[in-house]
Amino acid sequence: MGQTLSLRDAVRRHVHDGDVVAMEGFTHLIPFAAGHEVIRQRKRDLTLVRMTPDLIYDQLIGTGCARKLIFSWGGNPGVGSLHRFRDAVENGWPRPLEIVEHSHAAMAAAYAAGASNLPFGMLRGYVGSDLVKHNPTIKWVTCPFTGEELAAVSALRPDVSIVHAQQANRAGDVLIHGIVGIQKEAILSAKRAIVTVEEIVEKFSHPPHSVVIPNWVITAVCRVPGGAKPSYAHGYYHRDNAFYIEWDAISRDRDRFTAWIEQNVMRAPARV
Amino acid sequence: MSEYTNDELMAIEAARGLRDGDVCFVGIGLPSTAANLARLTHAPNIVLVYESGTIGTRPDVLPLSIGDGELAETADAVVSVPEIFAYWLQGGRIDVGFLGAAQIDRYGNLNTTVIGDYAKPKTRLPGAGGAPEIATSAKEVLLIVKQDRRTFVERLDFVTTAGYLTGGDSRAKSGAPGAGPTRVITNLGVMEPDPFTKELTLVQLHPGVEVEQVRAATGWDLKVAKELRRTPEPSPQTLAVLRDLLARTKAAHAAQAHSGCH
Repeated sequence: MGQTLSLRDAVRRHVHDGDVVAMEGFTHLIPFAAGHEVIRQRKRDLTLVRMTPDLIYDQLIGTGCARKLIFSWGGNPGVGSLHRFRDAVENGWPRPLEIVEHSHAAMAAAYAAGASNLPFGMLRGYVGSDLVKHNPTIKWVTCPFTGEELAAVSALRPDVSIVHAQQANRAGDVLIHGIVGIQKEAILSAKRAIVTVEEIVEKFSHPPHSVVIPNWVITAVCRVPGGAKPSYAHGYYHRDNAFYIEWDAISRDRDRFTAWIEQNVMRAPARV
Repeated sequence: MSEYTNDELMAIEAARGLRDGDVCFVGIGLPSTAANLARLTHAPNIVLVYESGTIGTRPDVLPLSIGDGELAETADAVVSVPEIFAYWLQGGRIDVGFLGAAQIDRYGNLNTTVIGDYAKPKTRLPGAGGAPEIATSAKEVLLIVKQDRRTFVERLDFVTTAGYLTGGDSRAKSGAPGAGPTRVITNLGVMEPDPFTKELTLVQLHPGVEVEQVRAATGWDLKVAKELRRTPEPSPQTLAVLRDLLARTKAAHAAQAHSGCH
């Protein structure tokens, strides 16, 4: 049964140094407020898992929270590079970052395998790709029925997954609508799950394209209005495209980045 | 003859190749512009699929990211990320996939991972995203790439995504069900694979472009077809539809920025 907690308490209790942490939300509902709380609590040596690291992991990497990154596309969508990610990979700043790199299809299969309690996911993929040479979690398996060679990727099993959703009800069930991404798989593959929500309602309205996740697979629910900004929450607020563009300049320079984090994350009040 | 930009010409040429009813797996940028332009002109029944899980979407303006809300609002169906890749792409339901790249070689193999050595890269690029499996499973792939010697290289620093591998029948033997890249549209012209060697061959020149320019922008000894086609000038009607779409997009995103993030 999901417990209603403040975001500060949820992160304090359920995210530990050295954990494998997945914060998901495929371009939509990115859990920025929770990521900022992890930065404020100075968590260290995390293995960060996310298909599209986006600005949130650029910030976690640039503040030295991460030892390792498992991902499948590491850019600033529609803008260009993630400069803190690049600085960590190219120059080891602020600390070296180990990377485990997938394609989207493979990473999705690895989450689905984790959610299904299987040791690996399978796909017809990675044909001719050099990624296979650099990622030891990709192997080949032979179909026992047809003999076809298929790619196998070891299952993702995060210690804790964190997602943002539009609503929780009083029982702690969670509703996600619009682009539903990989949040359900992130929650079901993890040992613990934290969900931040825009609001807590008496009754869900069930708009089209919605997913409901029952409370008993969720460890903690936190009410954090605006918790996905500057990404968006369908039905609540738009993506702040101007900030995604601005981030390019902020993140290019180590000092400017550090000053931005100090001002906007470290000195920001903790979210309820 | 009307004036137009390279980007407009590339989008229009890419749109021309799409058939009414094609199911297209689209990314952001020129592919999305081209596919929506086709939908608004000669191919009203084209089905647009974005990797964020939106199927049959009809956005009024172009999305800035593959996960824009309007894609979900105007879609026939929205599915999860594992489902879009497993059931819809790997399931063999995509006719045309669009890809771009930081580097491409003569067999249409693509690099979007690193420039330099993988362990100590000179430039770390975003990585694979959906590309390797789009290239594997889409029935055919269209590539849209700006042509210069930094991009059209003799040897890739890293093979992220397979085209025709080492040429000849190497792709056919690889187990990839899709045909591979059937057209490469650049700012200078169009290349298609040779039917036997699979080496990219210049088959079409854009208006005002000469063969020598294309050779000069290619990092290998480019094969040129005996009979070269000329890309038709964009029609004023098509240009008008494209510019209207781009203007609408700009206005919508500016208005959204104004309304802020409340």
